[in-house]
Amino acid sequence: MEKTDAIISVRNLTKRFGPKVVAVDDVSFDVQRGEFFALLGPSGCGKTTVLRLIAGFENPSEGNILLDGASVEGVDPNKRPVNMVFQNYAVFPHMTVAQNVGYGLKVAHVRKAEIGPKVAEALRLVRLEGYEERKPDQLSGGERQRVALARALIKKPKVLLLDEPLSALDAKLRVQMRQELVELQKSVGITFIIVTHDQNEALSMADRIAVMACGVVRQIAPPIELYEQPNSRFVADFIGRVNLFDGRVVGLEDGRVLIEAKGLGRIAVPHRGTAEGEVALAVRPEKVQLVSEEPRGSAIRLQGRVVDVAYYGDENLVGLRTEEALALTVNLPNVSRSTLPRVAVGDRLWATWAPEDCLLLTE
Amino acid sequence: MTDAALSVPRARRRRRDRATPLEYSRKGWMKLVMLMSFIFLYFPIVSLVAFSFNDSRRNIVWQGFTFKYYLKAYENAHLHEAFINSMIVSGTSTLVSTVLGTMLGIVLARYRFPLKGVYEGWVHLPIVIPEICMGVSLLAFFHLVDIPLGLFTITVSHIAFSAPFVALIVRARMAGFDRSLEEASRDLGASQWQTFFYVTLPYLVPGIVAGALLAFTLSLDDFVITFFTSGPGSTTFPIKIYSMVRFSVTPEVNAASTVLIVMTLTLTATAMILQARSRKRS
Repeated sequence: MEKTDAIISVRNLTKRFGPKVVAVDDVSFDVQRGEFFALLGPSGCGKTTVLRLIAGFENPSEGNILLDGASVEGVDPNKRPVNMVFQNYAVFPHMTVAQNVGYGLKVAHVRKAEIGPKVAEALRLVRLEGYEERKPDQLSGGERQRVALARALIKKPKVLLLDEPLSALDAKLRVQMRQELVELQKSVGITFIIVTHDQNEALSMADRIAVMACGVVRQIAPPIELYEQPNSRFVADFIGRVNLFDGRVVGLEDGRVLIEAKGLGRIAVPHRGTAEGEVALAVRPEKVQLVSEEPRGSAIRLQGRVVDVAYYGDENLVGLRTEEALALTVNLPNVSRSTLPRVAVGDRLWATWAPEDCLLLTE
Repeated sequence: MTDAALSVPRARRRRRDRATPLEYSRKGWMKLVMLMSFIFLYFPIVSLVAFSFNDSRRNIVWQGFTFKYYLKAYENAHLHEAFINSMIVSGTSTLVSTVLGTMLGIVLARYRFPLKGVYEGWVHLPIVIPEICMGVSLLAFFHLVDIPLGLFTITVSHIAFSAPFVALIVRARMAGFDRSLEEASRDLGASQWQTFFYVTLPYLVPGIVAGALLAFTLSLDDFVITFFTSGPGSTTFPIKIYSMVRFSVTPEVNAASTVLIVMTLTLTATAMILQARSRKRS
């Protein structure tokens, strides 16, 4: 990720609140022009602070931010060519929709005659035509969010910052808005940086995701890589579900690492790079097969008793426990229509997966 | 059906007949207290207004309806002058105390600084301090710095006691303000001044108007502090009424007082309606 076409370069950014709290700790990343970038992390991980630092509402304690190659140090938020969609939308309650959307142009002393058509265009973009004279208290949450979007986009920012934009919407609308936001981003061609704590949101929308925890960026990668190649136990565990097994590296064997894992015995796993000492073996629940007979060949296997079956409609989440008290979660998709349960609590089953489907985590 | 089955509803009915401890409206002595308070609080006002229409030089017996004392009060040059003085004092002090009080309210609602608690207590002192003490202290102060008593000193005193009230109301309004609105405004390119005038101030307007009306009412009918800080030729309306009463209580005094009551009531009602409306909106 060397100098390609970064619209935003965050360099060793640190933000301290008071002497004790480090909200953002030496964070660096680049966001490419036209990219949909997500900052993902549990609440309180500093992701919103990064966004506020980019917007200019906070000043960094250390490090700097380059916007389109130029440092924004000391530049007031109103002078930065970035705009923000706030978590609560912050739509001005005493102004109509048209006044809200046109606000950014009005304060820039754009002539009234020019503001009108631009407001109409922005409202068309977010599909709010005909809402010009409504007041915010006559709008639903989703409509208010569209107003906030139009109000920010009318300024034609270099980067649009979105702080948990979907968290205030109900579940159905949230899923719909994900797609709309992606389409909107593609159509306007503006770089989006979105902050979210919802991994599904980040995975389904973003081109690249930065996973943050405790003020530190743990991994930056496209969604697929993040899911299939997490670089640490934290990321593997935070993105989706994962089964983790503790193990020790005992040797190398033609490009594979030999591991002595608790409950799994000695297994060979493909791994790039070096590995030694204590490691973790990760496997996603959907990559595990449940069979009644002991599988043959090189497949990794584990025998256990079903202790828990959670029915989700499209799939079941089966909890397995081995005699050594190792716990394992397996996805069992309901591929055919049947009302008979496929597994029941108490069943003794074999869980098995290919060595290629599991991942060695050194951190 | 047995007797036992019948006796249950009867017992329940009897219990319902007795007033429970919190059913104030069903207690005789409570009603009496209420009636007495109404008589002592409001009858004087009602009779004052009624007798302003009494066609008699003495204010004791009802003689017939007339408007002539209103006309007489209107033609009374001294009363007229006092009324104009009152308008000047109230108008000026309202204007200044609204601006100062608004600024104070915003500061108190928004910023944290060392000794804020002390400062807060200090600026709200005029609300709790007895008026007589404030009057005496202001008089002593004006005497000390050698400012001649007159409309200026009255106005300054009125600003001093009404600004904290404005601050109190503005501050309460400010407490419900969403700071992200200001950030959104800044983010959209507005300067700090633009943000204040386009976003913060419009939000505060109902509070400011209510504060201003309260300040005007307080100033218009203030007697004690005005009495101490007024000088020769700077008589205000309440002071003039007082001096008229010292001669005799004529229907003319009643008429002048009624005018004052109506003005104060109108302003207070306006302030309350404005506040209620702004609360409903937010």
